[in-house]
Amino acid sequence: MSAESYFALAPLIIFLPLAGLLINLGLGRRLGERFAGIVASSAVGLGFGVAVLQFLALQAEPEGARVVVAEWIRIGDLAAPWALKIDSLAVTMLLMVTGVSTLIHIYAIGYMHEDVRFQGDPGRYTRFFIYFNLFVAAMMVLVTGDSFLTLFVGWEGVGLCSYLLIGFWYEKGEGGIGNALAGKKAFVVNRIGDLGFLLAIFTAFWAFGSLRFDEVFQAAEQMGPAAAATTTVITLFLLVGATGKSAQLPLFVWLPDAMAGPTPVSALIHAATMVTAGIYMIARTSPLFELAPASANLVALVGAATALFAATIAVGQFDIKRVLAYSTISQLGFMISAVGIGAYAAGMFHLITHAFFKALLFLSAGSVIQGVERGHHHAAHAGHAEHFDPNDMRGMGGLRGRMPVTFAVYLVGSLALAGIPPLAGFFSKDEILADAAEGHTAVYLLLTAAAFLTAFYIGRQVVMVFFGKPRSGAAEQAQESPAVMTGPLIALAGLAAVGGALNFPGLHSLTLFLEHTLEGLHAAEFNPLVAGLSTGLGLVALGLAWTVYGRRALQAGDADPLSRGLGSLFTALNRKWYVDELYDWLFVRRYVAAAGWLANTLDGRFWHDWFHDTFLARSFRLGTRWLSEGFDLPVIDGAANGLAQLVQGAAARLRTVQTGYVRNYAISVLVGLLLVMSYLLFR
Amino acid sequence: MNVPTSYVLILSAVLFILGVLGVLVRRNAIVMFMSIELMLNAANLAFIGFARANQNLSGQVFVFFVIAVAAAEVAVGLALIVAIFRTKHSIDVDQISSLKG
Repeated sequence: MSAESYFALAPLIIFLPLAGLLINLGLGRRLGERFAGIVASSAVGLGFGVAVLQFLALQAEPEGARVVVAEWIRIGDLAAPWALKIDSLAVTMLLMVTGVSTLIHIYAIGYMHEDVRFQGDPGRYTRFFIYFNLFVAAMMVLVTGDSFLTLFVGWEGVGLCSYLLIGFWYEKGEGGIGNALAGKKAFVVNRIGDLGFLLAIFTAFWAFGSLRFDEVFQAAEQMGPAAAATTTVITLFLLVGATGKSAQLPLFVWLPDAMAGPTPVSALIHAATMVTAGIYMIARTSPLFELAPASANLVALVGAATALFAATIAVGQFDIKRVLAYSTISQLGFMISAVGIGAYAAGMFHLITHAFFKALLFLSAGSVIQGVERGHHHAAHAGHAEHFDPNDMRGMGGLRGRMPVTFAVYLVGSLALAGIPPLAGFFSKDEILADAAEGHTAVYLLLTAAAFLTAFYIGRQVVMVFFGKPRSGAAEQAQESPAVMTGPLIALAGLAAVGGALNFPGLHSLTLFLEHTLEGLHAAEFNPLVAGLSTGLGLVALGLAWTVYGRRALQAGDADPLSRGLGSLFTALNRKWYVDELYDWLFVRRYVAAAGWLANTLDGRFWHDWFHDTFLARSFRLGTRWLSEGFDLPVIDGAANGLAQLVQGAAARLRTVQTGYVRNYAISVLVGLLLVMSYLLFR
Repeated sequence: MNVPTSYVLILSAVLFILGVLGVLVRRNAIVMFMSIELMLNAANLAFIGFARANQNLSGQVFVFFVIAVAAAEVAVGLALIVAIFRTKHSIDVDQISSLKG
């Protein structure tokens, strides 16, 4: 087979995970955990193989290909078949998503095995992998879509899977409903973003007459300045969509709550893949953003502001996954501002490296959480039963000795996140900073400040979790995770270490690869000043974190040392700048009140009670009562009965003629005779 | 003997009326029958008178028919009265009113 023909295999990348999920749906429960896990992981692994084939095909045919899978919609002028656009941007995403997904699937085999036993429902294991495969399939649809419509189908699909997986343990969480509420919050907030996306799609169709990317971009470029306003509107709506899915200001509030889902979910969906869909979407629609510089600037500012905002909140969190969640929001802000200033290659580069080290961090955090839970189990059996939260860092400490492999990979991930050379995070973050320094000063300053805080909070986390002395019985007895979990961790650590090679300054492999799809990419030159400044700041921040948290080991029950220094500022950081409370007061309560009014007063009291029960039902009953009692009974029954009575009366009276006396009859005969005779005689 | 026909007819009418009165007034069944016979015979007399006036014997022949019918009727009627007397022990027609409606 020649390389170009590999393009025809592209639909497999969607159908393999679908096949995996269908097999698990039918046979998974019967054939056991190992089978389900292997089928799911293999489906995604084979998908990775297909992605590699697409990469090879692109080497032979760099412009890519359009593969039509099926006829879908054909209404009047609108013809929207389901087609795949396999180009360098899509293949970049495909490789990253399938590769990281495979590693996370393997990790999840081990993680979910323990988790379903901790939570007490072993039967739910298969369902997890079904949802996981469904997610990968939907993400593939999103990434390979050749039109706004197909992308949106995938967009909605991943949103659905996110909801399903966040609320995987739907009966657990705060008050027995916390996880379900988190899933609902994710879905609803995402919906607001989706509304923006839909408006963008409608406007694009209305203005340019097509939903296919190629045709829309061509039409927009041809119409040029005439379409400037429309393009700005479309891109602003697209930004709203990206804000929802990629958790930027102001629609980021769902992502920290989404940590209620199992850790592989947080790693895959809420760090590496789904949340990057917004960045991918902006990169995909870059021709429109090039035509609307105002929107692009707004994108960059939103991203940079989010990066700094989320980084500040991460400093004040105690839940190990929450720190990483806010870190994700912050890093997504980096990516969004990169694509906003036009540095699409830098943004995609950071997207990939972030997937590596953030997935690594999340999975390692999961390993830590389960290690501590195993320790708690141990301690509980030994008689020390404490009421504890396995996610709380205040109950950890000193795990470096008890969980060495996890510590080592976590360290790699943290250094990568902090942007310390030569790990991957340094190269990608630095490229963004270098691009920002070339004329986008505000963005550059915001991102640099965010980078400083990034190093600080991750240093804080590493010190709190792994250094010092164990602060609880569970941490004292923590146990390392099995090889099925640590294996993928080591693989991801390797990727996080060497991932910088994807776009080395000078070589610019990724930039050159993406240039086939995104025109006008320019690779920023390596700026030693920027690089040196960011590295220096990173090291200073790490040192600061060590000083505050590591020099004197924290004891159990200690307050956070930063809270003593910052006081109420730290409380604000811990309470997420009270954004959730603000939204609750501003939107949620109003909405619930309005919905309550509509339901109870308008629908209940007016429509149901008055209109239906009183007005309609009562008047109907009165009407029918008149008809039956006032009309049917007297008139119709009266007529029938009256007629009968008339006949009866007449008969009774006529009956009296028959007296039984012969002589009466004789008189009648005589009278009749006289009458007849008189008539005959006198006529 | 030239009897004017009108005399015969007047006699016939008078006899007929007497017969009618007898049927209407008397309660005894046998007397009622006798009155009926009287009416029949009055009719016979009228027939004879007209036969004589029109010099046509058809009238007289018809009288024979009437007499025969009267005889048959009496036979039946008297049999009925005897049967009634056996049950009711009376021949007062006013007491035979069980067909009263």
